[in-house]
Amino acid sequence: MKATIAKAQPRRVRANSFFYRARGDSPFALLVINLMLVLACVVAVYPAVRVFSISLGPFNQSLIDPFTIVPASATAANYIQLIAKKGFVLWLCNSLAITVSVALIGLALSATGAYAFSRWKFPGRRPGLIFLMATQMIPAGMVLIPVYLMLAKLGMINHFNGLALAYTVTAVPFSIWILKGYYDTVPLDLEEAAMIDGCSRLQAFWRIVLPLSTPALAIVFLFNFMQAWSEFPVAYRIITNKNLYTWTLGLKALQGQFQTEWGMYAAASVLITIPVLLLFLYSAKWLISGLTLGSVKG
Amino acid sequence: MDYNLWTALLQGIRNALPSLSASLREIIPVLFLIIAGSVFLELAVYFVLAKGLKSRYALPYTLLAPSALGLLAFLGWPLIFNVGIAFSNWRLANLLNPSFGLKYGLDNFRKVFTEPLLNTKASTFGVIFGRTMLWTVVNVFFHVVFSMGLALLLNRKLRLRGLYRTLLVVPWAIPDVVVGLVWKGEFHQQFGFVNLMLAKLGIVGPPWLSDGSWAFVAVCIANIWRGIPFMMVIILGGLQSIAGEYFEAAEIDGASWWQQFRHVTIPLLQPVLGPAITLGVIWTFNNLNAIFLITEGGPSEQTNILVSALYNAAFGFSKFGFGAAFAIVIFVILFIFAGGWLRASGALKGVTEA
Repeated sequence: MKATIAKAQPRRVRANSFFYRARGDSPFALLVINLMLVLACVVAVYPAVRVFSISLGPFNQSLIDPFTIVPASATAANYIQLIAKKGFVLWLCNSLAITVSVALIGLALSATGAYAFSRWKFPGRRPGLIFLMATQMIPAGMVLIPVYLMLAKLGMINHFNGLALAYTVTAVPFSIWILKGYYDTVPLDLEEAAMIDGCSRLQAFWRIVLPLSTPALAIVFLFNFMQAWSEFPVAYRIITNKNLYTWTLGLKALQGQFQTEWGMYAAASVLITIPVLLLFLYSAKWLISGLTLGSVKG
Repeated sequence: MDYNLWTALLQGIRNALPSLSASLREIIPVLFLIIAGSVFLELAVYFVLAKGLKSRYALPYTLLAPSALGLLAFLGWPLIFNVGIAFSNWRLANLLNPSFGLKYGLDNFRKVFTEPLLNTKASTFGVIFGRTMLWTVVNVFFHVVFSMGLALLLNRKLRLRGLYRTLLVVPWAIPDVVVGLVWKGEFHQQFGFVNLMLAKLGIVGPPWLSDGSWAFVAVCIANIWRGIPFMMVIILGGLQSIAGEYFEAAEIDGASWWQQFRHVTIPLLQPVLGPAITLGVIWTFNNLNAIFLITEGGPSEQTNILVSALYNAAFGFSKFGFGAAFAIVIFVILFIFAGGWLRASGALKGVTEA
């Protein structure tokens, strides 16, 4: 593809295609395009804004008019009650403790494992890679039933360890895939040069490959973090003790008494979503390049 | 007692501390145990392989040892164990002493295809399988169509392009659980904004979540809304890598916009679109959250897809043996599809050769 682009350059033809306008669109076309995009943005954002409006008011007032963003009687009452009376702080801390452990352990395991897959053609490599890929297709229930029964036998129901274990092993295969794809793009010459200068293989990995892979490592950490942070079905079965609720379970419990707790439930959604949303929008570019790394390579 | 935001936060922290310290006392020793265990395992593997067996591959096997052990113990073993469970009569009544046997297994697999999967008569395998196909096709179709449209619009010279892109990605950035539970509220017949908006237009909104067909439409709408940004971003990335010269050349040769789309855009998007659609199909097929959080499969089990039926059968009704057999059937379906698709598109080749 690169060769064709290079050849096409000297021709300097400027034809206006429907899909590519060298000089931009006409004012009328621009108006239509912008209108369509604004409409799409409203559809994309409105449900989120609506939750924000509901969180600000008492149940009966904020719900009636779908076009009021900040209700006239806006208060922080829902937020205050949520934080002081419900276990919201506890849910957040529980989630954070599990998620950070999962993301860190997952990163350590996959960073080293992926390096082995990337640099050596050892016996068992191909079946290993296919196994890792196949795990992506397994329906959650297929692992959840045996894991649930195993944890039940081991007495690990209602313990964070069981949950953290389940999260880590589901996060590692995908992480290894992404990191292996990235390591593959780091030239082998760099390590060889370092080894000629007296580094061992592991030192070369630690001092050269890992620092060069910081973007990919960040992606994997972030991805596993977000995955574990928002997980619901597994936690719903393993954790039933209210003191161990993660925020997803707490939110679901709030919604159980829907009619009365609607405002508080909306407040919880807002508080959960804002940090995740900011983190996501900030890192969207890396996340996306990480997701497409394996598929568009070469 | 009245709180303001600050005192509320203090009170919240005070409430959380006892439980939190208990769980941290549990989790931190285990973390250290895992780290120490991994290091010990690596040293052991290395000494056996390098010093004992003089293997050329001592280092890669050492590096892989902890993750391989973890994956085999907590992912590989459960998968084998799952086959064992499928050949048992495990259910809530005999949670601690199930019996295993070939007869139970054959019975479980026969039941998957011949008896209702859940409580109602209509929840047969055929019906739910059909609904899953419809669910997957409808969702992925609209994901691709809408995303393609938006990506084509965004791929032009626009002053506000960055802003549009950011806002359009919002549905993807909100956690699944929030999305699911929020949409459940928004489809409320009286108070949800969907029906409030329809009322403004003079339309009496349907009883979204209490009627089977409407509930299915509702979960589809919610999931389409949620899934567009991912596909859009992938397609936009692909579009931006297509040089404008291709379109100029096509224009000079007199190609209509449809011909350009069909013969320039689509073929050049193929390497990006193919894997994205494969992933989209697998994710949609396996999307338990969208169904479970909005309808839990209801009303009267009429919005269940295969994975949510599995979740409900295994945990709602505690039919573990039957659920395990059912899970194997689902996995085989997905594996045949994905394997066939990957073979046909040749996506697997580059993966294992590299």
